Amino acid sequence: MSLLELENVTLKFGGLTAVDDLSFSVEEGEVFAIVGPNGAGKSTVFNLISRFYDPYAGKIRFNGHDLLQVKPSGVAAFGVARTFQNIELFEHATVLQNLLVGRHRHRTTNLLSEVFFSSSAKRQEMENREKVEEVIDFLDLQAYRDKMIAGLPYGVRKVVEVARALSTDPKLLLLDEPASGLSVEETADMRWWIDDIRRQMGITVLMVEHDMGLVSGVSDRVLAMADGAKLALGTPAEVQSHPAVIEAYLGKAS
Amino acid sequence: MRIVFKTDYMQDIRPWKDGYQLSLYLLLLAVAIAAPWWLDDFYLGELTNVLIWAIAGLGLMVLTGHTGQASLGHAAFLAIGCYANIILVEAGVPFMIAFPVAGLITGIIGATVAVPALRLHGIYLAIFTLAMSILMDDIIVLAEPITGGVAGKYAPPVGVFGFMVDRWGTPNEFYWLTLGVVVLVTLGYINLLRAPLGRSFIAVRDSEVSAQAMGVDISRTKTISFGLSCMVTGWAGALMGLYAGAFNNETFSVVISIQLLMMIVIGGLGSIHGAFFGAIVIGFLPQFLSISKEYVGAVFGGSTVAIPGLEFGIFGMILIAFILFEPMGIYGRWLKIRTWFELFPFYRKDMFKRQKSYLKTERLR
Ligand SMILES: Nc1ncnc2c1ncn2[C@@H]1O[C@H](COP(=O)(O)OP(=O)(O)OP(=O)(O)O)[C@@H](O)[C@H]1O
Ligand SMILES: [Mg+2]
Repeated sequence: MSLLELENVTLKFGGLTAVDDLSFSVEEGEVFAIVGPNGAGKSTVFNLISRFYDPYAGKIRFNGHDLLQVKPSGVAAFGVARTFQNIELFEHATVLQNLLVGRHRHRTTNLLSEVFFSSSAKRQEMENREKVEEVIDFLDLQAYRDKMIAGLPYGVRKVVEVARALSTDPKLLLLDEPASGLSVEETADMRWWIDDIRRQMGITVLMVEHDMGLVSGVSDRVLAMADGAKLALGTPAEVQSHPAVIEAYLGKAS
Repeated sequence: MRIVFKTDYMQDIRPWKDGYQLSLYLLLLAVAIAAPWWLDDFYLGELTNVLIWAIAGLGLMVLTGHTGQASLGHAAFLAIGCYANIILVEAGVPFMIAFPVAGLITGIIGATVAVPALRLHGIYLAIFTLAMSILMDDIIVLAEPITGGVAGKYAPPVGVFGFMVDRWGTPNEFYWLTLGVVVLVTLGYINLLRAPLGRSFIAVRDSEVSAQAMGVDISRTKTISFGLSCMVTGWAGALMGLYAGAFNNETFSVVISIQLLMMIVIGGLGSIHGAFFGAIVIGFLPQFLSISKEYVGAVFGGSTVAIPGLEFGIFGMILIAFILFEPMGIYGRWLKIRTWFELFPFYRKDMFKRQKSYLKTERLR
């Protein structure tokens, strides 16, 4: 059984078919990349998995569960975490607080015990922080731990988003263009981190990325899309040399 | 320059950073408890008023400052708390039970009202709550048999731990009662902010999409926030009723709602301090104005006739000045001044400058 399965998923925005009868599955433990020109529908696929949109047709299953049965806020509970292409951090909170929100799905205390900060609330807080501090160490965010997001540079925000997603303790991590806007060094760091996330933490990664160097460096399989539909699926080398992909990127050779 | 040394992880979880900070707050509390000995009855009354406004401000701060839902209707919840409390007391319920229950009732009504309001954002939510505040006036008049309608109601003295407490008869005890409520509400608020629920409020305020992706249920969170906010506001309303002694349908008008919202904006949205700073401004502005009016009258001759709407006008101007020059409110200014002292002489002018924020698509809305 695959970890994530999309089966003939279609989504339309008015007259525009953003995702067109798309099927693919992500196996446990792999790094799976989605590539494609702008407007191909890559982010829309992520938003479908996050349940922000209801597909027009098709099925989405995660770990055997029908994802279409859950609310957007229920997806995280299965162990799916994500980042956003246009950074969606909690701007007026510190890095630490942002990551702690990532622990929300593990919340066991109720309103009353939190208002009185009972011993169980305190214990939970310690556990949450232990996990979050691990993530901070892993992604080298110590220097920014108590800084407000609103004052952080772009590159750091990108990393904080990954950190927040990791804090949820996910099985599947969705990264929407993790390297866009990053410098060469930052991209290299991101590459090692993605590798470590998969190898050390055993987290499956599904990512959208334009940087082909990063894609071929870390991913096991690549899905190429254009206009919402599948063009090619295979190893990075196979996809890069696929005629349909070359055509989609460079236009039809006359 | 003061440096906080971290020697224990709990320092990050505890509400105070170190012993120095804790002792400052304890000192403040001691000074506040001793207020009846260093203030005359008039100013003690004013201070009580400020504290009651601070409770109301804390109530609205939960919803607007921390969850990002603007409400122009919180006077309605002040009214509900006030009437619920007095009606229960008149029915023979001891005050020590009636008071918390009045808050609970207000909270439950607030959470119920929240359900239709959940679909509304920004200005629409503000209009919805504004309408609610206007409606409250009519509801109180229509429900005359229980609310006393236009004739209003009088607040009787209430029993607290066997003492009879009354705003005029025993101003000191009434002050301590109010201070006690302030302390409890503030402690609860602090605890909330260092626990998952409080952080989920902030998450909803700053980005609903990513809050959802982190497993925060938006409508549930907003409903709880509404409920908590209204509960605290209800307590403030109950105290306001006791403080005023008499009240009717016009006591909790829309103007109070607007004043409350302005108050927390001036104080500083999204901080507990902000509610207190705002309450101080709201509470002492009338005094300050009347004193300065007398002064102006004395210096330039001329009469000291009352100018209608002067107070509100000045208040509005202060609000505009803050929005333009210090959007973080008095609390923001306070932080800067404190940092200046703590870092002396290393403060840089651009220390609080924000990084330009990057375009955020509204695609997912
Ligand atoms: N909420 C929406 N309403 C209407 N159209 C949308 C919406 N979201 C996306 N689209 C459209 O759907 C198509 C796919 O968009 P999507 O964001 O998935 O592209 P993408 O592959 O992520 O592109 P990029 O590489 O630029 O991020 C685009 O044509 C876009 O304009
Ligand atoms: Mg995209």
